Amino acid sequence: MIIVAMSHATADVTSVSSPDPAVSPLTIRDLTVAYHRRPVVWDIDYSAPAGKLISIIGPNGAGKSTLMKACLDLVPHVSGQVQFFGMAYRQVRDRVAYVPQRTSVDWNFPVSALDVTAMGLYRKIGWFRWITKPYREQALQALDRVGMADFAGRQIRQLSGGQQQRVFLARALAQEADLYLMDEPFAGVDAATERAIVKLLQELRSAGKTAIVVHHDLQTVQQYFDEVLLLNLRLVASGPTKTVFTAENLKRTYGGKLSLLDQVGARIAGQSG
Amino acid sequence: MSTVRHIQEHFPLARVAIRRCWLLDRFGLSCGRAARFLPIKTLVPACQIGHINCGYVLFFLALLLIPSGSIAYGAESPSTASNLQRVLFLQEAQTRIVFLGTTLLGICGGLVGVFMLLRKRALIGDVVGHAALPGIAIAFIICEVLHPGGGKNLPALVGGAFLTALAGAVCVMLIERYSPLRSDAAMAMTLSLFYGFGAALFTVIQRIPTASAAGLSSYLNGKTATLVTADVWIFGIAATVLSLMTLLLWKELSLLCFDEDFASSTGWPVRFLDALLIGMVVAVTIVGMQTVGLILVVAILIIPAVSAQFWTDDLRRLMIISAVLGAVAAGGGTMISALAPRLAAGPVIVLCGSSLFIVSLLIGTQHGFIWKVIDQKKLQRRIRSHDLLRAFYERVESAHSGGDVSEPQLIDTRLTTSDLLPMRSWSLPELKRAISQGMSSKLVETVAEGGLQLTPEGAAQARRAVRNHRLWELYLITYADTAPAHADYDADRIEHILGPDLVHELEQRLFQADEQSVPASPHALNPASPSDT
Repeated sequence: MIIVAMSHATADVTSVSSPDPAVSPLTIRDLTVAYHRRPVVWDIDYSAPAGKLISIIGPNGAGKSTLMKACLDLVPHVSGQVQFFGMAYRQVRDRVAYVPQRTSVDWNFPVSALDVTAMGLYRKIGWFRWITKPYREQALQALDRVGMADFAGRQIRQLSGGQQQRVFLARALAQEADLYLMDEPFAGVDAATERAIVKLLQELRSAGKTAIVVHHDLQTVQQYFDEVLLLNLRLVASGPTKTVFTAENLKRTYGGKLSLLDQVGARIAGQSG
Repeated sequence: MSTVRHIQEHFPLARVAIRRCWLLDRFGLSCGRAARFLPIKTLVPACQIGHINCGYVLFFLALLLIPSGSIAYGAESPSTASNLQRVLFLQEAQTRIVFLGTTLLGICGGLVGVFMLLRKRALIGDVVGHAALPGIAIAFIICEVLHPGGGKNLPALVGGAFLTALAGAVCVMLIERYSPLRSDAAMAMTLSLFYGFGAALFTVIQRIPTASAAGLSSYLNGKTATLVTADVWIFGIAATVLSLMTLLLWKELSLLCFDEDFASSTGWPVRFLDALLIGMVVAVTIVGMQTVGLILVVAILIIPAVSAQFWTDDLRRLMIISAVLGAVAAGGGTMISALAPRLAAGPVIVLCGSSLFIVSLLIGTQHGFIWKVIDQKKLQRRIRSHDLLRAFYERVESAHSGGDVSEPQLIDTRLTTSDLLPMRSWSLPELKRAISQGMSSKLVETVAEGGLQLTPEGAAQARRAVRNHRLWELYLITYADTAPAHADYDADRIEHILGPDLVHELEQRLFQADEQSVPASPHALNPASPSDT
């Protein structure tokens, strides 16, 4: 098992506003999550390096989404500890943005793309207040960054899957966080959206932000991500894509589903040879 | 501004109305915007004074003046006309009180109902209503034990109803969260359990010798006609508080209903908001129970919200329309039941709401049935004419052995029905129908000896139809996994949907694949290359 050396630097409370590269944006220690007496995520240890694009891959039911939700306190964990920027999630919520799976919400909801994006600002706006013009403009800027400014007033049901995904990303961008957790942003999107998301991820990285992305397409892992986490209930391997994304590790993650692996294995062999 | 002052001096009530408009403004709902989705502006002459829309002032004036002005009419006669007049102008104090109470209830039911519906808990109102029954019974028994004969203590009964109703709602939520049962099963379970318990307690009550349980049945069926001023005060305060809460919390509640996980991850107290929403539903139910009865109370919450969905896709408008529909249904129902003395108001209110629902279902501007049918017909016509034009184009294309067919070439060709018949799998009557439709929209014209010829407009449309069709076909094959979400075959310009770069790519591919050409786009496009994106 490959585990990246953890940076146990203690959190400097004064450095909340400026990202400190010494403090890992996400540190997970011995995290175990269970549903109905059965563990779904088992004993995870991981420390994410700052300013990288990190993918979580693994077969269906490997606990990828659950791991993400457990980090965000959306599902209770049985044991273990999760720290964001060296602090509990409650204390640094504003620095973390979460993009749930697109299919987790009902897109018939009577709101526009701009309304959904503005939801990323609700925390800033605060209780009881209505969304004022400066906030609407901020939301519009976020939509513009994902190339959706022209669709701001469109009811979300009328958007295509890729466009809906971009609206979700815009909502996270509006939060202006330092760490982005994205659950399957590439699932069921068209080629143009995929390009837009990749471009956005690269922009985030150049701005020194970190993104952790649940990913399903093994073909593109090497191309898009710096780091990879191979997950199948337990953490099979984690670390830089170059050293960790090997045929052997994939086999240990995905088990006997060889037809899929041969293809990717051939690519890996072709690239290293 | 002098007009405003003039109105204020001469009509004391206008001051109230103007202040209300001003309040509307303060809520961030500028009258100009509000008027766009309320038909008021079209009903009353609109004029703008300062930032106050006079249309609104007049509307509220009318609302306030009708009851007060009508008192002056006085003299009653037994004829139907005067009976109608008596009710419509709210001449009796009792009718006025009942009208006001039910209208307020309608408004707050409409507002709270929107979020209940969006939270996908439409039936929780029903559960809550039924779960109130044992509370009423228990409160009655306790009061009866403490003070024999004094069982019908309204605050105690309402309190008891509130407690068990809340218990019912919490029960549903707990079952949903901690058991594998689905929510419909959880609701059915809770509803029957609580109602059964309540019904059993009622049989006990009937055996208590000192108790007069007669009035209790009014909670089952409502007792609108006998509402007294004190009741309406409670109604009014509760309804106003609930409406204000919904308006103040719409942002938080909509986030809860749309994306609970995201709300929770950004730090909103999701469980508290959820409990608050349930509490509001319980409150509306308890208040509404006295009007329409606990069995029909779910209608007050659901019907306006469901009807409003046919008119708009915007949450803010949805709330306003739902409140208006709720008010109209409740107020109208009260009026009608006052006209016919033996008609209980509760069911009439529900029927009124239902007729508003049917109207919305049919002619609602956003999702009304009639518009769907009309759209469907339009689409059929379009497809039929596209079929004809494509058949024409393909026939000419095969004669020219492939290659792009220009518009002059298309216009110059004359075809007969027997030329076109084998081009598609259509029967002769179908083809003739398509031709006559094409002629009426001036796409084709007949020439001598039964020949057909495309008009210049028809030729241009034929090229466009063929182009769109071929590109869509290729797109669906190439991007089979993501295509259906995008497909809009009816769109005039495929570029609008897929973007110029993708269309360019498709054109290249189509050319390479089977050397079939696509008619060039009839629109001037900036030459887009894939690297543009």
